[in-house]
Amino acid sequence: MVLYHRTLREHMAGTLVIGAGIAGMQAALDVADAGFKAYLVEKEPSIGGRMAQLDETFPTLDCSSCILTPKMVSVGGHPNIELLTYSEVIEVEGNAGHFEVKVRKKPRYIDVMKCTACGICAENCRLNGRIDSEFNVGMGKRGAAYVPFPQAVPLKYTIDAKRCLMIQRGKCGKSPPCRDACPADAIDFEQQEEIVELEVAAIVVATGFDPFDAHLKPEYGYGIYDNVITGLQFERLSSASGPTFGELKLNDTNIEDVVFIQCVGSRDRNLGNPYCSRVCCMYTAKQAHLVREKLPDAQISVFYTDIRAFGKGFEEFYDRVREERVRYRRGNPSEIYKRGDRLVVSAEDTLLGKPVEVEADLVVLAVGLVPREDAQAVVGLLGLSRSEDGFLKEAHAKLQPTDTEVEGIFLAGCCQGPKDIPDAVAQAKASAASAIVIMSQFTKNPASGED
Amino acid sequence: METEQSILERCDLWGCIQCGKCTGGCPMAFKTTLNIRRLIYEALIEGAVDPSGMEELWDCTTCGTCVLRCPKEVEPADMIVALRTVLVDGGVIPPTIRDALTSVFRYGNPSLMPPDERADWAEGLGVKNIADGADVLYFVGCIPSYDDRAQKVAKALVKVFQKADVDFGILGVEEKCCCNEVRRVGEEGLFEYMVEEQLELFGKYNVQRIVTTSPHCYNTFKNEYEGLDIEVRHYTQFVAELVKEGKLTFSGELDKVVTYHDPCFLGKQNDIFDEPREIIQSIPGVEFREMDRIRDRSLCCEGGGGRMWWEGTNPEDRLATSRFEEVLSVGADIMAVACPFCLLTFELAAKAGGYEERVQVLDILELVAEVI
Amino acid sequence: MPPKIGVYVCHCGTNIAHTVDVEEVTRAAGGLPNVAIARDYIYMCSDPGQQLIQDDIRELGLDRVVVASCSPRMHELTFRAVLRDADINPYYLQIANIREQCSWVHTERARATEKAKGVVSAAVSRACLLEPLEERDAQVTPAALVIGGGIAGMQTALTIADAGYVVHLVEKGPSIGGHVAELGRTFPTLEDVGPLLGGVIQSVETHPNIELFTNSQVVEVEGFIGNFEVKVRRGAANSREEAASDDVAGSQQGEEIRDLSVGAIVVATGFDIFDAALKPEFAYGLYDGVITGLELERLSSSSGPTGGKISVADREIRDVVFIHCVGSRDRNLGNPYCSRICCMYTAKQAHVVREKLPDARITVFYIDMRAFGKGFEEFYDRVREERVLYRRGNASEIYKRGDRLVVRAEDTLLSKPVEVEADLVVLATGLVPRSDGDQIASLLKLSRSADGFFMELHPKLRPVDTATDGVYLAGCCQSPKDIADTVAQAKAAASSALIPLSLGKVRVESVACAIDPLLCSGCGLCADACIYGALNLDERRGVMTANQVICKGCGACATACPSGAIVVKHFTLDQILAEVEAAI
Repeated sequence: MVLYHRTLREHMAGTLVIGAGIAGMQAALDVADAGFKAYLVEKEPSIGGRMAQLDETFPTLDCSSCILTPKMVSVGGHPNIELLTYSEVIEVEGNAGHFEVKVRKKPRYIDVMKCTACGICAENCRLNGRIDSEFNVGMGKRGAAYVPFPQAVPLKYTIDAKRCLMIQRGKCGKSPPCRDACPADAIDFEQQEEIVELEVAAIVVATGFDPFDAHLKPEYGYGIYDNVITGLQFERLSSASGPTFGELKLNDTNIEDVVFIQCVGSRDRNLGNPYCSRVCCMYTAKQAHLVREKLPDAQISVFYTDIRAFGKGFEEFYDRVREERVRYRRGNPSEIYKRGDRLVVSAEDTLLGKPVEVEADLVVLAVGLVPREDAQAVVGLLGLSRSEDGFLKEAHAKLQPTDTEVEGIFLAGCCQGPKDIPDAVAQAKASAASAIVIMSQFTKNPASGED
Repeated sequence: METEQSILERCDLWGCIQCGKCTGGCPMAFKTTLNIRRLIYEALIEGAVDPSGMEELWDCTTCGTCVLRCPKEVEPADMIVALRTVLVDGGVIPPTIRDALTSVFRYGNPSLMPPDERADWAEGLGVKNIADGADVLYFVGCIPSYDDRAQKVAKALVKVFQKADVDFGILGVEEKCCCNEVRRVGEEGLFEYMVEEQLELFGKYNVQRIVTTSPHCYNTFKNEYEGLDIEVRHYTQFVAELVKEGKLTFSGELDKVVTYHDPCFLGKQNDIFDEPREIIQSIPGVEFREMDRIRDRSLCCEGGGGRMWWEGTNPEDRLATSRFEEVLSVGADIMAVACPFCLLTFELAAKAGGYEERVQVLDILELVAEVI
Repeated sequence: MPPKIGVYVCHCGTNIAHTVDVEEVTRAAGGLPNVAIARDYIYMCSDPGQQLIQDDIRELGLDRVVVASCSPRMHELTFRAVLRDADINPYYLQIANIREQCSWVHTERARATEKAKGVVSAAVSRACLLEPLEERDAQVTPAALVIGGGIAGMQTALTIADAGYVVHLVEKGPSIGGHVAELGRTFPTLEDVGPLLGGVIQSVETHPNIELFTNSQVVEVEGFIGNFEVKVRRGAANSREEAASDDVAGSQQGEEIRDLSVGAIVVATGFDIFDAALKPEFAYGLYDGVITGLELERLSSSSGPTGGKISVADREIRDVVFIHCVGSRDRNLGNPYCSRICCMYTAKQAHVVREKLPDARITVFYIDMRAFGKGFEEFYDRVREERVLYRRGNASEIYKRGDRLVVRAEDTLLSKPVEVEADLVVLATGLVPRSDGDQIASLLKLSRSADGFFMELHPKLRPVDTATDGVYLAGCCQSPKDIADTVAQAKAAASSALIPLSLGKVRVESVACAIDPLLCSGCGLCADACIYGALNLDERRGVMTANQVICKGCGACATACPSGAIVVKHFTLDQILAEVEAAI
């Protein structure tokens, strides 16, 4: 019996993965597990992406962090993955098999070799509690010195240069309290950015999405009424690691009536977003379920036009949620206004054939997914194109959903179009496979002298 | 009724997904049997809708909420107007509306008023006729020309123009109805006829800029008069600019709490939300408070779409009444409006509901005129 | 030396903490014998959580760890890695499942907490008796087997082959292409599938690394990841009965049995179409004007039986009705799931009919319109603009009036029952698991999900892996999906397969049985009990031996052995009894 033996390829060019949400992480892990090198570049101080912000995921109700954090740890500790966080790709040249990439590592103003993530800098930061936390979608606060969430990878603090008084104005009181208090002497306001140059054989783009800005639908009073929130904000409210530790409380309201509104910012030609955001029907069903769990006696209504419960286990989950006394009412609400203290949702119930006004204490807008604001920058950097819906364009809608028109560059996850976690993971693995093919074709194994 | 068959061809309804956002936001759907979503559906299914007997079709105020909300860019209000044209062609029309139309045709105004009295309100004010040449044509409109109450608004604007040294003129007795409402009640033929006449008139006097009292006139001139190559503005846009440029200054104070009602034809349909507020807030002494249902969510006064000429299938339940509740809840003394229809319908509702002692309904111009 | 155990109780966000008082459980654990430290944390599997454990191991000299958390199926491997990194044998880990077996199935907090304490106590007792196990690697054969030559199988094969490995692609039917070959144009781009598919088929047929077996079936699979030994019966198509049998001798004429050695196996066996006859209310098979979506596909294809003309028995078609959800979303039938593609394929077919019959009246009866993918909603918009009328209502029956078909439904937006006459009714039949799937399932020990499709290991973390290492899933055999999602999943399966293939070696599970030769009498009862074929008689010594790599550690042999000669490492009698005693 012949034993086939391959050594770990030392001299092979690796793959660059841009974006470390679930798609980026999965792509990097597959590449790395197969014995190849992966460079994972993430703009934010921590990897994890949007999934870290979610509470439980549909349809299995797995807690998002529970399934995400082990992957984050694997990524952080993988010998074949070089993690570049708080970094951005600024230049790409070359072509498949040989891309030359420049990455800018932004200064954290904290020496990561010394930082022990004790959190004392953040506690002492003069701006602590004064800056809206992006992670908590404005429902919580942070300081200029911060860590996005406690399970961050890498677990290191960062100073937000745009808000830090010391960095912006050159002074912070008599002396910056963060630096004074840091027991590891890790604060370094002189830190400079670093440019890293990489050579890679393939690139996977996994830059993700932005949530639709509900201010653009003024009829719903988002931003005017405190108790009209978005789906992503609901995730933070509901999450054990969120600003209310998972309790559904908001602005001292006694929550008895909750209304969910589907299709906010999607299927809307008026707005320029004619496409469907794919995940909102299911994430709303899940959120309705969570409300039912936390508030057993609440009246929960979901206003919808079509329920897109198309995936494995989805229809069954939709069945379950209805059985938990969540009322699905067909009709796309027209506006929200106030009557005294209560919110009033004005809609037509198209199955009753009459207009209705439903009072609510909390309204959750199922906002859709839109291409990231910086999508055009990515397109320019890599020579890609965008589809009509604004997301990144695949080489062929049916047969090449993860390839681009540029050889050696692949797409994974929501940057290509809205999708849920299983589909994002599948695409990420698909891109990884394509990257592995390229790496296998373009590099030689010096040990055995064969390809 | 030959046009009945082509409702689907006339209106682009196929995009509809029956989401109900139109009916859900229709102010009349909550108090009448008018259900525009269902009408569209029936049209899609049958290919035609027989509007005879559908009195509720005349309830529509053409506020435009349905058009504003529709995610698939279907224009439901178009269908109502199209069905009205079918009825009008067949002579089926509430008598009061028919009378108004006849009056427009004969006298250039819907109120059976003599054309040669149209400029009487301006007597003694030193107002120029456009024939003498002027920078701006002030298009007064039928109601401000003839209605006692609304005339005060016209006079107020004249005062503003004069204080700001605006070179303006009016068409005087030659001014005719803009026909925004004529079109909306389905008299397309009369509308087209009148448009031709108006264009000739504007051409005759080489009109370059128009400022209107009414958002309805503004709407039709700006959006529907084909071949009109003139700058059209509503007075709020014009006056806000005057204030911003320092051309209009205030000498007095108005110590009142004022709230503002967004008229459908100014706000929802033409996106003019800020200028009226800028004017009000620039008046010294005014404390401006917003109601809840403002801007895109403003509640129609029930004056548009021919409703000035017909009471509706449910006249007792006035939308305007709930507006007063809102005004009172923000503690306002004055409900400021920027449309003659709103002015009249709210005043009527104030009397009917017994609010006149507590709330004054005034056009923004009337507030301004008091303090310049 | 007495063991030094660290107990770590996870909150799992609120998944556990909502029902179980985790602080109380931690306190109780801290008081158990041999427990040096007990801690709780919100997400034990996260970096800080894992760090807690590692720090304690180093600072306190712990030699065993109990993690009270979710099912070991989720994170046993995760925590084993933590121990390994801290230089402790990973088999000194014991998981106490207080989620799936406690907080998720109980509601009363006090009693759930008591139970959790008991579970932890049992785990601690067991942990005291754990033994280290050797970890080993096995070599990987650099070749793969792909079962099924549809779009999924072909794509997986191409990707693995492109990466430089030999792929054996086994297809039951006479040609590759699968169901996609039966289609005309695809949504939402309306491209003709023929040339697209043709390109893929050509690539497969000409790829130097792909060996194609048509008219062939996999009849035996032995071994384990990296080292599968597969028998493929290649030749003339067999009857269904013979295919299901275990007869590997293969006595049909023109047949051969090929032996293949592969490192990874991908299952891409596809689906069957729901049999519309199971919905008798639609009179499928009774009226010739009632056809399925796939039949319309053939009718409208220029290479189909009518050359692309849509007609039924030469009758003029003026009214066409489509009915959604036939055989799907149907608990009555046992198919509660959504078949995912029917809304879109029906929209596409409505478009095709509109193209061919510009004046026809086309109605689609639907409940929810699931146009969720890229370009789907825009396509749905387009189809409505082409005067296709969407009526909301799940059609209830079809009957005849004269020679016209009549579709009865409630139009739920009008709230009235309606009858729509039609010349042609198209039933949007859904996808069902293949009827011959059991054979492959049993060969590869595949589980099925509740919906009957093959079960993936974890819907989010491992969507293409199965419970059997080295065996992966791609395409509709795992659940219904369209071509784009199938291609993505096929490549994902390729990626999973490429991991062991590229590494050239895999770590093998150490939990296996151990036979004490002094007690063993060679009776062979254990081999009868073993479904994996791991046990063999060593004729020379007269005792049984167990292949450590094939053995799954299931314990059936240990139970069968009359002499008590077999123990399953990591599940010894002592260990299990200690757990039981502590629990009661």
